[in-house]
Amino acid sequence: MPRRVAIGIRGIGHRVIDSTWRLGYASRFFLLILLKSGTSLRRFSLVIRELYFTGVLSLIIISVSGLFVGMVLGLQGYETLQRFGAESAVGTMVALSLVRELGPVVAALLFASRAGSAITAEIGLMKATEQLAAMEMMAVDPIARVVAPRFWAGVISMPFLAAMFSVVGVFGGYLVAVVLIGVDDGSFWSQMQNAVDFRYDIVNGIIKTCVFGVAVTAVAVFEGYDASPTAEGVSGATTRTVVTSSLVILGLDFALTSFMFRGMS
Amino acid sequence: MQRATMDLWVGLFVLAGIGALLFLALKVGNMGTYSSAEGYTLVGNFENIGGLKVRAPVKSAGVVVGRVTDIQLNTKTYDAAVTMNIDTRYQFPKDTFASILTSGLLGEQYIGLAAGGDDTLLKNGDKIMKTNSALVLEELIGRFLFDKASENKEEKNGKD
Repeated sequence: MPRRVAIGIRGIGHRVIDSTWRLGYASRFFLLILLKSGTSLRRFSLVIRELYFTGVLSLIIISVSGLFVGMVLGLQGYETLQRFGAESAVGTMVALSLVRELGPVVAALLFASRAGSAITAEIGLMKATEQLAAMEMMAVDPIARVVAPRFWAGVISMPFLAAMFSVVGVFGGYLVAVVLIGVDDGSFWSQMQNAVDFRYDIVNGIIKTCVFGVAVTAVAVFEGYDASPTAEGVSGATTRTVVTSSLVILGLDFALTSFMFRGMS
Repeated sequence: MQRATMDLWVGLFVLAGIGALLFLALKVGNMGTYSSAEGYTLVGNFENIGGLKVRAPVKSAGVVVGRVTDIQLNTKTYDAAVTMNIDTRYQFPKDTFASILTSGLLGEQYIGLAAGGDDTLLKNGDKIMKTNSALVLEELIGRFLFDKASENKEEKNGKD
């Protein structure tokens, strides 16, 4: 019996030590990316190539989902607000919820599953086929050549994607509320402009997207670099990227929101 | 893919992103209509501010001329000191009347400025002397009920 207890306790200790080690390894990896990103920023064409894959190719899913999220917000907002006779505030509701929360969060979730998983799979496969090792043999640092450009491309494209998500969403809300239902055009825009503050709402939203961009791409490149070099390992790493970065996004969103919008109107 | 086409697409992507940010700032946000950077501050002391909040609009004749930047309790007089930032385009005379109003029955509360006739204008940091508190619905109903009750009592007393 005591033997079994000892095994159980040992299991807990093993797990704690393992995850602490992994956390430290991830932080060191993150620092290494920052230290070695000088080369990739000097050879900016590497980042542009990755911007094409992470940013431009994510545009379609981002704008289509933004449109639908905005249209649903318009419908639901109208449905609720018209009970109070405040249907002209539907623009305010759509814009505030998109700019503050849904734009950053949903765009980051989509970005994690569209671009983050691709980054992980690519780097993981490079590792599995020993391309990273081959680079090291040729005295090319794989972190500087492969990881850092992908990281910076993700960090740069995330705020743009979220801004486009919000804009397309506001347009979707406009389509439903004004064009379809017939809310007054002028009060839709003017109430929105009265309620949305540039520094307070929009800048805070942009700060959120920047934080999410760093978090998602850091998780994605780390999981790819850390993947065990087998087919199974790469698939597991891709799954972990999507799961971990989604949870990180939602957790960070709560933390940031509670700092940014605490106790204010 | 050709290097040039990739560059083109990325350039378009970045331009569209900047365009989206500009759209958010100018069309969705209030940066086009009013910026809080250029303005002067006025202070008003109110007996009761009701549900007034920081960032509530300051309106004159229905036009937004500024925003409430700070609300504090003055511990000497126990009234609320409301600081507001007014656009420099709009100047108000010294005897301007500030009152806390409500847009609609359940709408948000804002400060309404009614200009007076004085020749001297309010300057940065000046205090608005004439203020009117917020209408608190509970107090109003309470006063109404009290009045009704005392009326009934008087009627009864008259009958006796």
